[in-house]
This record gives sequence, structure tokens and C-alpha cells, in this order.
Amino acid sequence: MSKMARIRKEKKTPWQKFCAWVNGDAAEQMLLPAQPPKESKKKAAKAKREKTTSNHRKDMGLGQFDHIYRICAVLIGIAIVSVLMAVVLKLPLFGSPDNPSVNEVVERYVEKGLEETGAVNMVAGMILDYRAFDTFGESSVLFLAVTCVTMLLMRDRNNTDKKEDMLTAQEHVIEGYEEDIILTKISRLIIPCALVYGIYVVLNGHLSPGGGFSGGTIMGSALILFAVSYGMIRMSRFFTYATFRKVTSSALMVYAASKAYSFFTGANHLESHIPLGTPGAILSSGLILVLDICVGIVVACTMYGFYALFTKGEL
Amino acid sequence: MRLVLELILPILLIVCALAVTFSKRLLVSVVIYTSFSLIMSVIWVLLESPDLAITEAAVGAGVSGLLLIYTLKKIHALKGTSDE
Repeated sequence: MSKMARIRKEKKTPWQKFCAWVNGDAAEQMLLPAQPPKESKKKAAKAKREKTTSNHRKDMGLGQFDHIYRICAVLIGIAIVSVLMAVVLKLPLFGSPDNPSVNEVVERYVEKGLEETGAVNMVAGMILDYRAFDTFGESSVLFLAVTCVTMLLMRDRNNTDKKEDMLTAQEHVIEGYEEDIILTKISRLIIPCALVYGIYVVLNGHLSPGGGFSGGTIMGSALILFAVSYGMIRMSRFFTYATFRKVTSSALMVYAASKAYSFFTGANHLESHIPLGTPGAILSSGLILVLDICVGIVVACTMYGFYALFTKGEL
Repeated sequence: MRLVLELILPILLIVCALAVTFSKRLLVSVVIYTSFSLIMSVIWVLLESPDLAITEAAVGAGVSGLLLIYTLKKIHALKGTSDE
């Protein structure tokens, strides 16, 4: 007896009904009632495959190991879960003052952070001043990731043939006149708000929660929404591969140069000529604002680049 | 109110995590995963780290779900569409 039929029969318990609802089977049965021939074919193919695999296993003498595999899997799962639970039980309480993470580093950050970095938002002061090198590494990792995706998915003359080119040309033609009216009207309202909010989060990163990564992602999703609703052709009027390359690499260079300056002066005990300003003002906290803008640009371009390469294979 | 949220949200988190593994369809898994991220971002707010909450909501619930759905489309694994 095949597995599918057994599941159909036992579908009456509430748990299985819930499972079916989660998997969308109920909705599909209402929407697509008539698909019996295809399914039976599939079932037959599945049964055949199962038969062949089981025969193959018997030939290899692996049939008796099936139970052992299952028992081992369950045992290993239980062992890992119990080890993790034991570790969680040994963890110190959340926020208790005796935690090993509460040491002189945290004291220094909390007591002298505002004075040394000029950032009201302590997190921004930490990740973009004390540990700016880590953030530089993270931005570089994003840049490397999008470079690798470009290498794998970018469509050019070497990895396409005539048939694929024709298909893309057809898609472009369809995209040209088929605009979803609901999507375009709604996105006309949403995109400006999302872009302005993203810019606000980036520029206000040293004063309020947020910063380069989150603001950049919000801007990137606004760009993606624009590309989805208005098509790649309109997108390419202001954002092409050349813009992507120039903007991203120059943002990374500015980050590296400005941080190199502060590292140089800090390591040689020279006086930094960048004023920290009054804490709380928009133009304050030295380099943090510049670094936030750089990270925001890199992240926004990377997010949009991922989307464009995944869908069309071109920027 | 806060206490109730602190009790309910981790339970929802566990339910979501189990549902991701047990759902048969990849698209449903992706949708549940984005809701997992949304719940997680509310928990970050309760743990007083709004920076992480904003990033989690933007990256986890927004962009990564979108990228996963487009990956499914690219490998023709979306059920119920003409791509399958």
C-alpha cells in the first residue's frame, strides 16, 4: 500500500487536518479538484521508484541496516538536544550583574562611550568606532557575496545560447506593457516613504536605534519594490551595473580611507582633527555618520544586486 | 501585558520553528520562516535591543524571504504555479 493512500484515509484526526491546512492541501483541493490522472501517474512512478530502491538495497544487503539507521538517528538527535539543554540550564541569568560578560570592557564602553565617540546611540558608537574594523569586514563580506553571485548568475555571451536570448527578449516584451495596476498604485505610495525612512535610519544612526545595516536594507527593499512593480527597463534608467560597481566600491574605499586615518592617528598617539561635535546634534560624533552612510550605500546596493541577479541574471 | 507577551512569543517561536521543518511545501516553509523572523524582532524589542529588532525585521522578514522565494522560482520549485 502506498504512503499517500494511507495518509488520505487517516486524515480525520485534528492534527492531520491542521497539517493539511498548513500545507495548503485543503485549499488546493478546492481550487484544483480535477487532477486525478497526473497524480496516479506520479503515484505509480513513486511506487516503482520505491520498489527499485528497496530491491537495490536488498541486493546490497543494506535492508537490515534501515532500522539501525533510524535508531541511531533518534539517539543522536536526543543526545544533541540533551547536551544543548544542559548547556542552556548552566547559562547565567539574563541581565544579572555577575555575568562573565560584565567586565571592564563594558564598563569602559558605558562610562566613556559618549565622551570618546560622541554618539548618543551606544550601539553605533561600539560597532562604528571601537569595533569599526569588524563592520568593515562585514561590509566586505557582503560585497564579496554579491561578487560571487555575479560570477555564478550573471548572464553574458559566454553562458547563454540563442534560445535563452529569445526567451529573455520575450520576457522583456511582456514586461513592457503588462503592469499590475494594484502593485504600481500601491508602490507609488509606499516607495517614497520607504526610501525616506531608510535614509532617516541611516543618517540618524548615531542618535537613535538603527544605522547603516538596517537603513541600507530598508532602502534596498524600496529599490526591489520599484524593480518588481515597474520593471527592469525603468530601473536601468538610473541604476545599471556600472553605477552599482562605482557606488559600492567607492563607498567601501571611503570607509577604508576614513577608518585608516583614525587608526593611524590613534596608534601613533597623534591628535585626530575630526571634531566630535555636541552629542545629540545631527552633525556630531566624528566619523560615525560618514561610516554609517558608506555601510548603508553598500548594503542597499548589495540587496538590490542580489534580487536583480536572482531574477534576471543582470543588473 | 508585557509578561503575557514574554510568555506567548517564545512559544510561538517554537511552533514556527517546528512548522518550518514539518511543512511539506517549500513556499509555506519560507512564509513561516519570515513570520519566525517577525516574532523574533518583537522579542528583540522586549529584550531592549531596538537596533537588532530593526535589522531583524528588515533582513529576516523582508529581504531574505524575498530572496528565498526567488530562489525557489529560479529552481522551479514553486508548487501551484506554471513554473513547476
